[in-house]
Amino acid sequence: MSATPETIDGPLLTADGVPLKASLQKSLRRAKLRAALLVAPPLLFLIFLFIIPIGSMLTRSVDDTQINKVLPRTFEAFDAWDKKSDPPEALYEAMYLDLKNAEKIEIGQASTRMNYAEPGWRSLVKVTARRIKKIEPPYKEAFIKIDDRWAELTYWRSLGIMKDPITFGYYLNAVDLDYDFDKNIIQQDENRRVYNLLWWRTILVSVIVTLACLILAYPVSYLLATLPMRYSNLLMICVLMPFWTSLLVRIVAWMIMLQQNGVVNDTLVAVGILGDNNRLEMMYNFNGTVIVMTQILLPFMILPIFSVMKTIPPSYMKAAQNLGATPTLAFIRVYMPQTVPGVGAGCILVFIVAIGYYITPELVGGKDGRLIGNMVAYHMQRSLNWGLAAAMGTILLFMILLLYWIYDKIVGIDNMKMG
Amino acid sequence: MALPIYATPGQRVWHYFYLTFCIFVLFFLVAPLIAVIPLSFTSSPFLNFTPEMLHLDPEAFSVRWYKSLFGMCADIEDAASTMCHDKWMTGAARSLYYAVCSTVLATFLGTLAALGLSSEHMPFKRPIMAMMISPLIVPLIITAAGMAFFFASVNLSNTDAGIILAYTILGLPFVVITVTSTLVGFDRGLMRAAANLGGTPAYNFFKIQMPLIAPGMISGALFAFITAFDEIVIILFIGGPQQFTLPRQMWSGIRRRSARRSSPRRPSLVLFSIILLTTLEMLRRRSERLRGITPH
Repeated sequence: MSATPETIDGPLLTADGVPLKASLQKSLRRAKLRAALLVAPPLLFLIFLFIIPIGSMLTRSVDDTQINKVLPRTFEAFDAWDKKSDPPEALYEAMYLDLKNAEKIEIGQASTRMNYAEPGWRSLVKVTARRIKKIEPPYKEAFIKIDDRWAELTYWRSLGIMKDPITFGYYLNAVDLDYDFDKNIIQQDENRRVYNLLWWRTILVSVIVTLACLILAYPVSYLLATLPMRYSNLLMICVLMPFWTSLLVRIVAWMIMLQQNGVVNDTLVAVGILGDNNRLEMMYNFNGTVIVMTQILLPFMILPIFSVMKTIPPSYMKAAQNLGATPTLAFIRVYMPQTVPGVGAGCILVFIVAIGYYITPELVGGKDGRLIGNMVAYHMQRSLNWGLAAAMGTILLFMILLLYWIYDKIVGIDNMKMG
Repeated sequence: MALPIYATPGQRVWHYFYLTFCIFVLFFLVAPLIAVIPLSFTSSPFLNFTPEMLHLDPEAFSVRWYKSLFGMCADIEDAASTMCHDKWMTGAARSLYYAVCSTVLATFLGTLAALGLSSEHMPFKRPIMAMMISPLIVPLIITAAGMAFFFASVNLSNTDAGIILAYTILGLPFVVITVTSTLVGFDRGLMRAAANLGGTPAYNFFKIQMPLIAPGMISGALFAFITAFDEIVIILFIGGPQQFTLPRQMWSGIRRRSARRSSPRRPSLVLFSIILLTTLEMLRRRSERLRGITPH
């Protein structure tokens, strides 16, 4: 390399006789190592307690190994069967052996899984497992004697949905689709279609909340950015106070404001705008979710827009007016385009937070204000359909990561500021 | 924002309309928090303004809710309807314990990460930074679900340690962000000078660098603290019957439709948030002064 400075005696040396280039490289390497060593503990901490748990949740959403472990012989016999004629004796025998050899807990878990494929499986398997010791060959008659549903083809054929160790069934269920018995994708039964409605409602609520926040935040940010410092600091406290107050406290405060005999309704009745018997219903429904979420997320919109507006010199507007623009035209053509980065950042931030909301809709949403986050919680804690909860969580996560990526492209995560 | 004297009537109308709109929005932000302060002094078992309260009748006001908050149930006639018990105080103590432990841990780890990430020689800076901030972006419900599965498999659910670790994860991004942005204004020449004068790296860090980045560390720690103190989603998923924090106590209070009970804490928590806000503002001014920028 010609870049190496040469002297008469050869390459340039440091005081202790090592070539300068090597010495420099060594110290660079050391600096790199030191930085990496500093980052390593927090990074490992994060990977073990955050990235891996979320990753394992992703695998759970496609995982179907448990049932294959409990019923290996059954699935083998199932493959041999032509799926059209009556189930052969061998299939019953395989089921008998599998149920006999499995632990009670395993059978419980497997039957829960089977119930998702075809409702009724759980009770069928449980009843049979309880009497498994009394069963004697021929198995077919013995099984049908315990419960005549064993003669039905539907149950046996539904095994086809579960025989692969990886399933996309939970993802299909999360968007109101399902497998038929030959693993073709079909629409979910009409009376079980609930999730598409919830996805749309979640997106609708997030869009409405984002727009409402934008409409409310833009003028206020402008006021804060143009007022003299001592006034704007005072008003800024109004913006930051809710930001720093406990979420639950804010929600309870809204309950008191918006309930049937709450402050808002009482005031409207006292003023005479409303009659006493047609008070507004603003809580425990869709409206409640939207109003409360807007108030909670408003600071997330005001802060980025304000920080962009703060950097726009007021002289631009004056120059535009000097050149003959009306104030309105100058505002629209000169000022507003410069605020776009702040608006974009605020919108994406509010949308990301809104789409994964859980606590607020749970408390003030009532029946028609529930969002997808509430469904995830419901399947985690109540129905215990963890595969479905994980699938819905994963879809939500990828929607948010996509938006996060866009946010990173527009604003850069390094520019994220707090308070 | 004063209107120029040559403004047309139309401009005047628009200007006042605009100001009214802004006042409405600011009112919308703080009204619920202010309205509940008088309500917490009500003597009625329900949380709405009674006609007596509006007439400023002294009978209508009392501190019974505050008494039951602090567990002084002896002189309350119908203690049961006020849900008077000492769970509020034990819950607060538990929240404080989790918040303090996780804040200390998050501040330590977050500062380490920020120091490494702000070095110009750090490889893979952007993806690592994105990963560090991700707990802030991923919805809490998903974090909670993932942790619930994982913690159950490593026997960490229903333990204090599990909750402290989870809260540390939530607080970490705040510390990383605030300390990184403080380090942008940090003059690295100072560290080189200190090393030249013979200080060991550890000595130089504690004597030179830490006092200068302390504002960032403290404000990050405050964010981490308030997040942990007010956390409700994670605790619902990985907390056992022993881990009843204050937010969880409030949650079950609200769920039992006895929202009235959670009123008294409100003014005290509003006060708490004012104190935090003031501290942050002072820290911000101090760090600006240190960097030679005066508030304009």
